[in-house]
Amino acid sequence: MKTNDIILQTVAKVASLVIILFSIYIFFGGHYSPGGGFVGGLLASGAIVLLLLAYDLKTVANMLPVDYKLVVAAGLLISSATVSGALFFDAPLMTHAYQYFELPLLGHTSLHTAVLFDLGVYLVVIGITMTIIQTIGESE
Amino acid sequence: MEIVMAVVIGILFMSATYLMLSKSILRIIIGTGLLSHGAHLLILTMGGLKRGSVPLLGESAGPYVDPLPQALILTAIVISFGVTSLFLVVAYRTYQELGTDNMDKLRGKESNE
Amino acid sequence: MNNLVFLPVLLPLLTGIILIFFSKYIKIQRFLSLVSSSLGIILSCLLIGKVHDQGILALQVGSWEAPFGISIVADMLSSLLVLTTNIIGFAVLIYSFYSIGTGREKFYYYSFVQFLLVGVNGAFLTGDIFNLFVFFEVMLMSSYVLLVLGGTKAQLRESLKYILVNVISSALFVISVAYLYSVVGTLNMADISRRIAESGQPGIITVIAVSFLIVFGLKGAIFPLFYWLPGSYYAPPIPVIALFGALLTKVGVYAILRTFTLLFYHDQQYTHELLGILAIFTIIVGTIGAVGYWDIKKIIIYNIVIAVGMITFGISLMNEQGLSGAIYYTIHDMIIKAALFLLVGIMAMITGTSDLRKMGGLIQAYPYAAWTFFIAAISLAGIPPFSGFAGKLLLLEGAVEGEAYVGFAVILISSLLMLYSVMKIFINGFWGKPRAYKDADLVPVSRLAVPAALLVIVSIALGLGTEAIYPYISQAMEPLIDPAIYINAVLKE
Repeated sequence: MKTNDIILQTVAKVASLVIILFSIYIFFGGHYSPGGGFVGGLLASGAIVLLLLAYDLKTVANMLPVDYKLVVAAGLLISSATVSGALFFDAPLMTHAYQYFELPLLGHTSLHTAVLFDLGVYLVVIGITMTIIQTIGESE
Repeated sequence: MEIVMAVVIGILFMSATYLMLSKSILRIIIGTGLLSHGAHLLILTMGGLKRGSVPLLGESAGPYVDPLPQALILTAIVISFGVTSLFLVVAYRTYQELGTDNMDKLRGKESNE
Repeated sequence: MNNLVFLPVLLPLLTGIILIFFSKYIKIQRFLSLVSSSLGIILSCLLIGKVHDQGILALQVGSWEAPFGISIVADMLSSLLVLTTNIIGFAVLIYSFYSIGTGREKFYYYSFVQFLLVGVNGAFLTGDIFNLFVFFEVMLMSSYVLLVLGGTKAQLRESLKYILVNVISSALFVISVAYLYSVVGTLNMADISRRIAESGQPGIITVIAVSFLIVFGLKGAIFPLFYWLPGSYYAPPIPVIALFGALLTKVGVYAILRTFTLLFYHDQQYTHELLGILAIFTIIVGTIGAVGYWDIKKIIIYNIVIAVGMITFGISLMNEQGLSGAIYYTIHDMIIKAALFLLVGIMAMITGTSDLRKMGGLIQAYPYAAWTFFIAAISLAGIPPFSGFAGKLLLLEGAVEGEAYVGFAVILISSLLMLYSVMKIFINGFWGKPRAYKDADLVPVSRLAVPAALLVIVSIALGLGTEAIYPYISQAMEPLIDPAIYINAVLKE
């Protein structure tokens, strides 16, 4: 059966972009206010799920030709590499460091190694959620 | 407030037990979900329900609540999210492979092991 | 500042992650996991050496001070168990190369073996009760995947039950931790121990102790809670059973050992008496199963239950001999169970069945495998000079000192019946008339027997070198008798 969901599809395209932008905002905001990698990752995968609802698995797979299992692996690698980074600085593992910088455009900014860890979490959450949904969705 | 929480947790555990004792896999999985919700609420209650501000940087004013139970719950939620989704996928595959979701028919016997 | 303490956890984690990228290239996966396992053995030997010289090592992860952050603690007990885990992981990996099949290898088998090692090593090394839960979950998640990998009907059916049992016990774990936190207000095990000692273990702590006993008893398969084990351990392929049988239940037993010697040791009249009674019932039930079955896998699986009973009996005695016996027996049993499962797997592969009544006469074609099995079997039963003997001797000495004569008798009788159960396999499987088996020539027996022989050699060394090893065992036992050593090492660095 062919349904006419042109409205859903058009809205989904715009909305998913907005949601992904918002998820990035939440991800970076997570440092000093509620948010972070886990919520951000869930939001981003929510955006992809919205696309899945509007189109179908194949179309979305063409739009985003990513193997989500590798996304999980990459996320895990980033996180655990951040953890073991402390080995090189003779500090206990998972020790984090931060510093304030004057950056152009952004002004007075604090940069923090925990963001790298959170980036890993963000990727893992996207990867796992999408792998689950794809695995269950494919067999129908 | 603790009494209300205790009742809510009790109801969650009760429904979880009821669901897990049924024969359908799906009900059992929903039961495990409720069980872990109950456990998470229990951590929150056991950490002490206090009035206070969010334990975050920059909140200089007043007393703030114990952040540890929240961290524990977040960890436990993520873990139960993972386990539940794996459980669902395994249950779905079992249903496809064995053609039933009735636990009675999933009993292993000497002959078919 | 001892990052070495956490490396046995970090190394398999990184290896497991990197292996995901090479899921299509089996040769690279094998090579990397082998390298990582060998490194793991070297690292844990270094760890044992350092602990031997400097006493208990503690790492405050993330530089957060002790009672507030997570501590990773390596005492001699943890380090010895980590070394044993890595040796077993190494042997099982080699065995997997020739028996697990490319289908599983491409579906992240090696990654999940590494993640299982992360969970097991982490559970041994952590000094924080909630972190223990997290590592338990890492271990269980990998075990779910390893159990279901391959997706045969029996595997799927048994995985459902296994996951359900473990989800419930994990929820109970969280609940027990919540109660404990509300009473003592800390999660660091050393700090918990100090605070319980200050308050002298009121009744509520004893209740919490028993609920922890239920949780760990479910994972470790002690008497009323072992029902899930025979079914679940029967379904997966042999290398996975060997890993599970050697490692998973032992982690549950280790958790009982740690919590009941470090935290809940003030009301021994109640908690340890209960533990002792359950242990004796566990031994009896396991013995009945091991003697009764004619299925080689089932016999060894019920032998796991017996071993769990023996070790918990040693813990319940709470005296020097009993505890060192429990430690020694744990190490011995991990190694010998893995070896027995690998050997039984070879038999099942040659004959195409695991029913003893349908096999026989294997000794003519496979003498080396047969004699390796024989040594493993008498070592399991505890005949001197092999490794089972020293452990049982210590346990019996402990039983005499603790005046637990029922346990004394049960251990002696069950040892005899253990010997009967494994000799039943030897006599019916290896002796008798040789039969013709269809797929016997396809099985690379000489290669498969290597890792099993390796484990048996380790076990023999453990038995012959008891004098040399005993100082390490007694160093492992000291903090269990006197928790102050552990507490001081963690909280005052």
